[in-house]
Amino acid sequence: MKLKGIFLDHKKNTAGSASVVLPTPKTVRIAMQQCAGAACDVLVKVGDEVLVGQKIGDSDKYMSVPVHSSVSGKVTGISELLQVSGRVCKCVDIETDGEQRYMPGLKAPQVSDKDSFCNAVRESGCCGLGGAGFPTHVKFGFDDTRFSVDTLVINAAECEPYLTSDHRTMLEDADSIFNGIACIKKYLGIKNVCIAIEKNKPDAIDLMRQKAQRAGADIRVTALSTRYPQGAEKVIVYNTTGRVVCEGQIPADVGVIVINVSTCAFIGQYMKTGVPLVSKRITVSGDAVASPCNVIVPIGTAFEDILWYGDCDPESIDKAIAGGPMMGTDLFDLRDPVCKTHSALLAFRHGGERERNRVQTACIRCGRCIEACPVGLMPTVLEKAFDKKDRQTLKKMKVSLCMNCGSCSYVCPAKRDLAEKNQLAKALLRT
Amino acid sequence: MRDLTVSPSPHIRSRVTTSRIMLHVLIALIPAFAAAVVLFGVRAIVMVCVCMGSAFLWERGCNLIMKRPNTTGDLSALVTGMILAFNLPPSLPYWMAVVGTFVAIVITKQIFGGLGQNFANPAIVGRIVLMMSFTGEMTSWVMPNYMAQDVITAPTPLVEKNGLYSYLDLFIGRHPGCIGEVCCAALIAGGIYLVIMRVISIHIPVSFVGTVFVFSWAAGKDPVYQILSGGVMLGAIFMATDYVTSPVSKKGKVIFGAGCGVLTCLIRFYANYPEGVSFAILLMNIVTPYIDMLTRAKPVGVPAVKKEAQGDEK
Repeated sequence: MKLKGIFLDHKKNTAGSASVVLPTPKTVRIAMQQCAGAACDVLVKVGDEVLVGQKIGDSDKYMSVPVHSSVSGKVTGISELLQVSGRVCKCVDIETDGEQRYMPGLKAPQVSDKDSFCNAVRESGCCGLGGAGFPTHVKFGFDDTRFSVDTLVINAAECEPYLTSDHRTMLEDADSIFNGIACIKKYLGIKNVCIAIEKNKPDAIDLMRQKAQRAGADIRVTALSTRYPQGAEKVIVYNTTGRVVCEGQIPADVGVIVINVSTCAFIGQYMKTGVPLVSKRITVSGDAVASPCNVIVPIGTAFEDILWYGDCDPESIDKAIAGGPMMGTDLFDLRDPVCKTHSALLAFRHGGERERNRVQTACIRCGRCIEACPVGLMPTVLEKAFDKKDRQTLKKMKVSLCMNCGSCSYVCPAKRDLAEKNQLAKALLRT
Repeated sequence: MRDLTVSPSPHIRSRVTTSRIMLHVLIALIPAFAAAVVLFGVRAIVMVCVCMGSAFLWERGCNLIMKRPNTTGDLSALVTGMILAFNLPPSLPYWMAVVGTFVAIVITKQIFGGLGQNFANPAIVGRIVLMMSFTGEMTSWVMPNYMAQDVITAPTPLVEKNGLYSYLDLFIGRHPGCIGEVCCAALIAGGIYLVIMRVISIHIPVSFVGTVFVFSWAAGKDPVYQILSGGVMLGAIFMATDYVTSPVSKKGKVIFGAGCGVLTCLIRFYANYPEGVSFAILLMNIVTPYIDMLTRAKPVGVPAVKKEAQGDEK
């Protein structure tokens, strides 16, 4: 049995466009908080010259990864950035010199065992590139005595509409992906590898199957049905291994580690070249973008510079989303910089199909939200319980399991904000 | 730069809306309506128009009096009016039909808070109130037009005991009965449309009709005759499947349908009324909240140990 899901219109109009490298922007702003965990301290001063790959921010906390300069140039200021979470973090503003000189001495890291591997991964500035931004070295640094991990799941489902950056990564960086898999297998002692790809990417599935055959028998490629949200961690673990990640558990509890395919490709590349995480492949799409494309941008590039590259008039935009349309976050300022976790930039015009049918009406108890919920919650019951501030029912009905995939809100014919209510309910239970 | 619109995810929504669902139901009712026009003539058209029109006006009137937003756009009042008309004998005086829609829309739906808040299916309550108030008019049946030139009263299949009607008569509607319930073929066609358009799931109709079939067979009655006569098809496909008053989960829907089937048969075979579909659905509407409570979905990934512990608490 597979977990439930909903059918979405894929709109993957950039699947065929090969990634292009964005011309180096004049300025970049590099945020000091780009992953889940602690923010970094700034390591440079105004007026300093920086090079590509130079560490400009780090923290002594374990749940944190360093930040590197993505360009060569001069630090012009340390500013503050209001993030979507409501927190304010420091930003290093850099004026680029356009030469993109690399930091001297960048070379493949010396790795001999698990500890040195995790250390190297931390130094690379790597965090979950799929969107969550969980520090990868923390994920890899699981306690061997507590967890026996036997399976590595490479999450290449890319179930959100519009997004094709993972798809392009598979087509363009296949060797890096397999190098990354080899390193993780070797240093973490994981036996089985499963690359999980949604069926709507047949070319990527074929390529991965070919490479996997050459790489070894213990790497298998699973074609997932194209039902949203296949890429959600719990769903992908269940659909590839049949194991259930229970409430309060992490995948390592059931012997699985899940990493995004782009993260894996980056690790593979880093283990060869030693260049830390300084650029990101981003899908630029949406109905306000005249030429949708995949671009590789330096981290810290302003969103408006990327939109300009996609032939999009910033005046025509009504809504801009960082990430996919189901789980991405809205941008409130197009001058904000790209972070490590962003995989897409979508821009939508005023009106258009997005705004149609958003008038909220009364719940008619049709049960579509219950059908849609991948983890088997009852969003309509939770919504009513939240409106009554009924903590007991919310707890009993396990609102904490909601991962905000948005399926319930998507299918609701009354256009009720069910997913939003679930998030508010989770916040209510935390207080 | 223009201000950007900011909202919580998801940023896209499906095209399905409440009014679109109701429109599908209206479309699904058209075959049965066409059959009614063929069978009962102009009176069927007038009756349906009177019911739909008065239901619409009651809804709008309630909106105005209660100072609530206009909810006629969701088309649910029109669906209620049409289904109520289907539940009335063709010879019923029109003013009684208007009383029926008043009970359905004003008393059953709007006073409880409008669509989504009604405890019972409005059309069912409307029919039952008419049945109680005007029993004579509600139980005088006429033969379909083309079978008899003069308007004569005739027994319905459920009362008639001498095998006057064949299975085919029942299936295509060649027998007296309510406007919309006689032609099973048209009702089933509408039901298939609703299932294909994903408006309803098959759980309630199948478990409802299936239970009537099995119960009748076990009670020594002719099961095929029982499911084809009276309001079983109309009730199972269009009235028991009303979202608001039926359980939300699949398991609950099966229980609900089975309960409707059992009650229908109990009333038909052992009670005073020849027909029990509307009472059965009304009674099951009332227990729906309890069915919902007992059939709550179990989330994926809740440890088994915890489940047992919860059971112990109870």
